[in-house]
Amino acid sequence: MVNYDIVIVGGGPAGLAAAVSARNAGVEKILILERDKELGGILNQCIHNGFGLHTFKEELTGPEYAYRFIEKVLEAKIEYKLNTMVMDISEDRVVTAMSREDGMYQIKAGAVILAMGCRERPRGALNIPGYRPAGIFSAGTAQRLVNIEGYMPGREVVILGSGDIGLIMARRMTLEGAKVKVVAELMPYSGGLKRNIVQCLDDFGIPLKLSHTVVDIEGKEHLTAVTIAQVDNHGKPIPGTEERYTCDTLLLSCGLIPENELSRNAGVEMNPITSGPIVNESLETNIPGVFACGNVLHVHDLVDYVSEEADRAGLNAAKFIKGELVESKGDDIEIVATEGARYTVPSTIDLDRMDDKLTVRFRVGAVYKDSYVSVYFDDERVMHNKKRIMAPGEMEQVILLKSKLEEKPGLKKITVKIENE
Amino acid sequence: MALLQKIYQGGTRYPLVGGFLKYAKEENNMYDVVIIGAGVSGSSIARELSRYNANVCVLEKCDDVCEGTTKANSAIVHAGFDAAEGSLMAKLNVRGNEMMDQLCKDLDVPFKRNGSMVVCIHKEALPGLQELYDRGVKNGVKGLKILSREEVLEMEPNLSDNVEGALYAPTGGIICPFKLNIAMAENANVNGVEFRFNTEVEAINKGEDGLWHLRTNNGEYVSKYVVNAAGVYADKFHNMVSAKKIHIKPRRGDYCLLDKEAGTHVSHTIFPQPTKLGKGVLVTPTVHGNLLVGPTAIDIENKEGVNTTGEGINDLIAKANDHVKNLPLRKVITSFAGLRAHEDGHEFIIGEVEDAPAFIDCAGIESPGLSASPAIGEMVAEILKDKMGLTPKNNWVGTRKDILNPADLSLEERNELIKKNPAYGNIICRCESISEGEIIDAIHRPLGARTLDGVKRRTRAGMGRCQAGFCSPKTMEIIHRELGLPYEEITKSGGRSNIVMERTKNQKGGNQ
Amino acid sequence: MEKRELTCIGCPMGCQITVELEGTEVVSVTGNTCGIGDKYARNEVTHPERTVTSTSIVLGGDKPRVSVKTASNIPKDKISDVMKAIDAAVMKAPVHIGDVVVKDVCGTGVDVVATRNVEVI
Repeated sequence: MVNYDIVIVGGGPAGLAAAVSARNAGVEKILILERDKELGGILNQCIHNGFGLHTFKEELTGPEYAYRFIEKVLEAKIEYKLNTMVMDISEDRVVTAMSREDGMYQIKAGAVILAMGCRERPRGALNIPGYRPAGIFSAGTAQRLVNIEGYMPGREVVILGSGDIGLIMARRMTLEGAKVKVVAELMPYSGGLKRNIVQCLDDFGIPLKLSHTVVDIEGKEHLTAVTIAQVDNHGKPIPGTEERYTCDTLLLSCGLIPENELSRNAGVEMNPITSGPIVNESLETNIPGVFACGNVLHVHDLVDYVSEEADRAGLNAAKFIKGELVESKGDDIEIVATEGARYTVPSTIDLDRMDDKLTVRFRVGAVYKDSYVSVYFDDERVMHNKKRIMAPGEMEQVILLKSKLEEKPGLKKITVKIENE
Repeated sequence: MALLQKIYQGGTRYPLVGGFLKYAKEENNMYDVVIIGAGVSGSSIARELSRYNANVCVLEKCDDVCEGTTKANSAIVHAGFDAAEGSLMAKLNVRGNEMMDQLCKDLDVPFKRNGSMVVCIHKEALPGLQELYDRGVKNGVKGLKILSREEVLEMEPNLSDNVEGALYAPTGGIICPFKLNIAMAENANVNGVEFRFNTEVEAINKGEDGLWHLRTNNGEYVSKYVVNAAGVYADKFHNMVSAKKIHIKPRRGDYCLLDKEAGTHVSHTIFPQPTKLGKGVLVTPTVHGNLLVGPTAIDIENKEGVNTTGEGINDLIAKANDHVKNLPLRKVITSFAGLRAHEDGHEFIIGEVEDAPAFIDCAGIESPGLSASPAIGEMVAEILKDKMGLTPKNNWVGTRKDILNPADLSLEERNELIKKNPAYGNIICRCESISEGEIIDAIHRPLGARTLDGVKRRTRAGMGRCQAGFCSPKTMEIIHRELGLPYEEITKSGGRSNIVMERTKNQKGGNQ
Repeated sequence: MEKRELTCIGCPMGCQITVELEGTEVVSVTGNTCGIGDKYARNEVTHPERTVTSTSIVLGGDKPRVSVKTASNIPKDKISDVMKAIDAAVMKAPVHIGDVVVKDVCGTGVDVVATRNVEVI
């Protein structure tokens, strides 16, 4: 069995940034395991621009953003293995991996950073009735076919779900000569970024139908038409509102699911809301020395936040290796999301391990206008920030100062909630 | 073009070349037996017939075996207490069940006797369990037992709190219907049975030569005997040759398949008590470790009507919840519908058609058709052997190995394998951990896969929780490379089910 | 006075901006959080611009397509012409990030450049 200080599962934006920060913190033996044939992860197929404004103060495309980090990994001579699938991670951090060249082998890792990313919710999970013909793709699969392989799935397109990939693909298919007839969204609000609605739909006159879903799929062999209908407050289709669209392609952009099969098998505890691991202030899971960052932890809207989070995961993994991450005394402060806030990352804070500043990220469960993000230390409200608009599609954050927490000895619980006033 | 023809026709072994096409067909399309349909019945019959010296050909309208009723059902092997006493259904169910262990061993097909339970949730319906028990005993089902509420809940803690008792049948089992069908067809093919895919029979006539002439979209086939194993279309072919009409009404069943995380919610196959409409909505683990909920029973007209409906799925979920509590329905990974070939008389129709000598029906094969399939094959082969005076082959090979499952190997063995064939080190389907090596094997073995669904049913690549989102482009690349098929001609399941339409940039031709 | 409501696309914040116009003259911009929003709003009501991203054919490379972008914004009404130029372009491997794919595309003064590396097969 070979030994590494840190094994990073996944060579996408999270894994790359974690590797770079761990190396900068002085860790020598780092290994990135990537299942694809190149580093960069999903960014390689996200050829649109809009990445990196926070990180690099300029607007980059996905591949360019990825390459900035790949360059750093190459410069730092961090080891990586491509075309390598991690088959198992054990509780004592033995990573079993496999590839054509190296066969199946085990690595004993000082620390493991989970950075496997997420996958798209497939048609089956949506229970859309109708036939099961060819021509139905998750938006990301279509994105890969068009942008990487250079193939068009079809010419007349309906998109279900207004997640960012769906919106981006509406524009992409249009630019490649397809007719995107409509984007239907089950919820009364879009799941994607506002800017994408403007520049991917409005710019091309593509209608967005909120509170609509697909109620029938036609075509025995290949898709020939879909029917969409309006839904009521419970998401149930309203009879009489059906509209039929002939089309040869249906793209689904109905949510992303962190890919945590390996984490679960390792015994990592999961948060049922995020479908990602429960982590503390150091982005460490319940298994000491196993850290998580990026979309495997919770689905992000901005890659910049992924990089920032991964940077912290890398740093903390480095501390763990060097024995600088003090052992938890079990008196962690709990962070609770309630009343409009759906979850927080992290879930607990150990004051002894907390940095001077800690970014707590969360998402809201509905659209809130002119509302307040409030933070309570036990029962006392300590933060009350007005926001013009908050939506489930966009991640929110609050920044906690260690000095403020230290002013409250015996603090047990921090609550994040949304308040009207 | 010739290459494509060959690919489309799949298992055919004869040349289809230019101007000789017509001649070649007339010369070669003479058989002792033509079987219509390559589902589990047709393939079982083909395999049983392959024991004997006879020229046998299976005609299949789809691109692959296992494309009709066999691909969408409950994937279980019934114990046999359901069918009416003395019926052919009962007899062949029990016989098929008995044959399954040896058959699945010989053909390397996943099969597990997990046991089934008919669960009673109304005290007043308890006598119904006894009736089923009695019927089962008369049908020859072994090991039946009536369980008390406590016994049931001990065995299945996730059953409804209303449970009053259950009939337990230890011989009930779960099986992979795809693999059973594929294995039987493959084994038949290795033993000399020809398979013609994308070949739809359009007319059947008795010629002056006393032989059956079958007109298809791929030329004419001539045969001494015809076996009609055409599933929901069996009435159509029967009625072409007989004045005594039969009528098959497709009975649609909607299903939901749940993630493997939910696969242990129950360990036995859980049935409600049967009604006139059938055996009701069951909840069962699958032999691959998922949880399956279904089917509904909706009589329809359209023989291709495998569309699920919102009402169907909702109905299904409501009914499943009656018997099993806390079903994790958020873990549904796909829903689908299949058609049962329900004949009006609700009985298997197997035998020579009275007013059409040398035409053998295998019709009305609805549930428990999958369970009975080995016995159906045996029975039809027996009929033909007697009528035709068939003699056994000396060199018949009754066993085959399935595609290697590397997960069964130790780390050392797996390394050995990858060293020999590196493709086994390259995971293509991450959800089900299927390697490139398995997919290549699926493509190149007898009656190999040519479509994404073909690869999926042989290897399970694309059958997991992401439902082929990640692996389909990679599987396409392998099909493209191994079969020389252009991307634009790779299909999901034959016909017009192409995955991609054209290159971007309006680029024509070439693989640039 | 004309009022126009815009969603800023300058960054993922997506600020709701109100622009007041007197003819073609911008009188006021409100609702933006930063200078990008102000600039975007003024441009959007007078001469809207976009960055176009797509792919171009690459020959002899380890990938059949290379991703490309306009190096800066181009007039919105030129998107379709720019796409035609991008579709017609054929690169030869190797291609590296920043390599010019189409010079001065459609007379906009903006180059189309590669956004990823494609190596020789």
